[in-house]
Amino acid sequence: MFMDFLKAFLVGGAICAVGQVLIDYTKLTPARILVSFVVAGVVLGALGWYQPLVDFAGAGASVPLTGFGNLLAKGVREAVGKDGLLGVLTGGLTATAGGITAAMIFGLIVALIFRPKDKGD
Amino acid sequence: MSKKLGRSTIQMENAPVIRASAAVVGKKEGEGPLKEEFDLINNDTSFNQETWEKAESEMVREAVQTALQKASITSNDVEFIFGGDLLNQCIGSTYGLRDFRIPFVGMYGACSTMAESLAMASIFVDNHLANNAVAVTSSHFCSAERQFRFPLEYGGQRPPTAQWTATASGAAIVGTEEVSGINVYVRSVCMGTIEDLGITDANNMGAAMAPAAASTIKTFLEDSKTKPSDYDLILSGDLGQVGRDLLLELLLKENISISQQHNDCGLLLYDLESQDVHAGGSGCGCSASVLCSHILRRMRAGELNEVLFMATGALMSPTSVQQGESIPGIAHLVHLSTRKGGI
Amino acid sequence: MKVSKQEYSEMTKQASHNTKSYFTIPMAFLIGGLICVLGQALIFLYQYWGMSSEKAASFASITLVLLSALATGFGIYDKLAKHAGAGTLVPITGFANAVVSPALEFKSEGLILGLGAKLFTIAGPVIVYGVAASVLYGLIYFFFL
Repeated sequence: MFMDFLKAFLVGGAICAVGQVLIDYTKLTPARILVSFVVAGVVLGALGWYQPLVDFAGAGASVPLTGFGNLLAKGVREAVGKDGLLGVLTGGLTATAGGITAAMIFGLIVALIFRPKDKGD
Repeated sequence: MSKKLGRSTIQMENAPVIRASAAVVGKKEGEGPLKEEFDLINNDTSFNQETWEKAESEMVREAVQTALQKASITSNDVEFIFGGDLLNQCIGSTYGLRDFRIPFVGMYGACSTMAESLAMASIFVDNHLANNAVAVTSSHFCSAERQFRFPLEYGGQRPPTAQWTATASGAAIVGTEEVSGINVYVRSVCMGTIEDLGITDANNMGAAMAPAAASTIKTFLEDSKTKPSDYDLILSGDLGQVGRDLLLELLLKENISISQQHNDCGLLLYDLESQDVHAGGSGCGCSASVLCSHILRRMRAGELNEVLFMATGALMSPTSVQQGESIPGIAHLVHLSTRKGGI
Repeated sequence: MKVSKQEYSEMTKQASHNTKSYFTIPMAFLIGGLICVLGQALIFLYQYWGMSSEKAASFASITLVLLSALATGFGIYDKLAKHAGAGTLVPITGFANAVVSPALEFKSEGLILGLGAKLFTIAGPVIVYGVAASVLYGLIYFFFL
């Protein structure tokens, strides 16, 4: 189990470090970096390169947004296999619906309950 | 009548007086090096309001109210009020000044607005259009952040060149009537040109504004036929560390050295090391609050006699930045003096 | 001014301090890695409770989204992010923060066009381009593979 944690730490950390290099050395805004990571995840997933990383590092590869992209690719692939052309449109969001809906619903609840705060406090 | 000097300087004939001034700031500013100097420090940056925009307006209201009290006059005694801020359509000023019932002239010069407003108030007073005119500006970290950058709770990192929008407001009352003790006179003003040397990085405002600052200083020195050593202090608005270095360098290329006289409100307002403001403070309220507290107090105490107050502004909008436009800068200058004439 | 735009661009580079990457990159690695370790621990926990590994991974991500939403509400997430940079941006928690923070901040502009619309300010593009990429892949997969 320790090895699994170590692998998750190293791979997840490395993916985040790539993101930090983009922040420090390019003028990419955070929003662009998020988009790039998800699209990169789709591409890597489509090429079949990302799943081995998930199998190796577990959460280290599935928690970063590249994992989200991989999930989109995986969902489309499976849906096309099952439903054909319709799967092209349904696969991606079906596979990621849990995460997206969770973010939306928790976002709604938190926004309703909490008050915006000053940075300095 | 005011008199035109050279390209863009207007010399006052009757040397209007700054009768009183007030500065209201938030928590972070109230913990900075100038904490003893402000009239009001509100440790709750919401100023007991529901929104950050209302908080900013409340700050403006308090600044003007305090300045009126210090000058022992009422809003009826003020003919015109010149003011502005950074929010869309200048709502910080309009809602803050709504209840004063003073004829209002809305100004926009981004962070240069305090010098712009002070210049206009002085010109009006000098030309007998007003016995008292108020100049006021404000900025609020939270309202600016959510308009120009990200929501406050958003997890982003600020690069070292970024500046911290001051939660502050400053108001100055310009009038004809002298006060007891040492008076601070507005002697001349210099309106700046829009300068753009192609900076597109919205996280490096100091660099975007430095060329305008350099240009205005150069023009003013030429127009007034004076030299930097004639002044005790040449104070820029919010160039921060990066902009300050660039200003000094740009002027050196013109054979003008102001390193002995220069300081920057953005560097005075915070302790850069301990307050995590990166390159320094910024915002309309930054220069306004430093001028209306620290600087004017030192002048009235006789510590400073000849001061060039030059607020600098970056004239971009979120739209122009997103469209990839470069960021033009502007700088307006006001020559303040404890003497009515001379130099 | 006698300075050209090119010269000024050079001067600006000289005057502007760079980010201390020897500090920011290890911090991103450390905190990003730790968030993934937390995710891994959650996966193990859910597996221990009898979930399939795939379901456990999904629930682990959803739990991280919930934790991030709460941390955003309490104003903790942005303080962590100041030090972590990409370490808190790149994990799914960063996505959740990007959903929750504008929703919370723009609540003052109303529940529909404030909270409801601004919730998608940063997350919207991520979903749009992620889904677009997946559709493109789906088309290629359907027609050519």
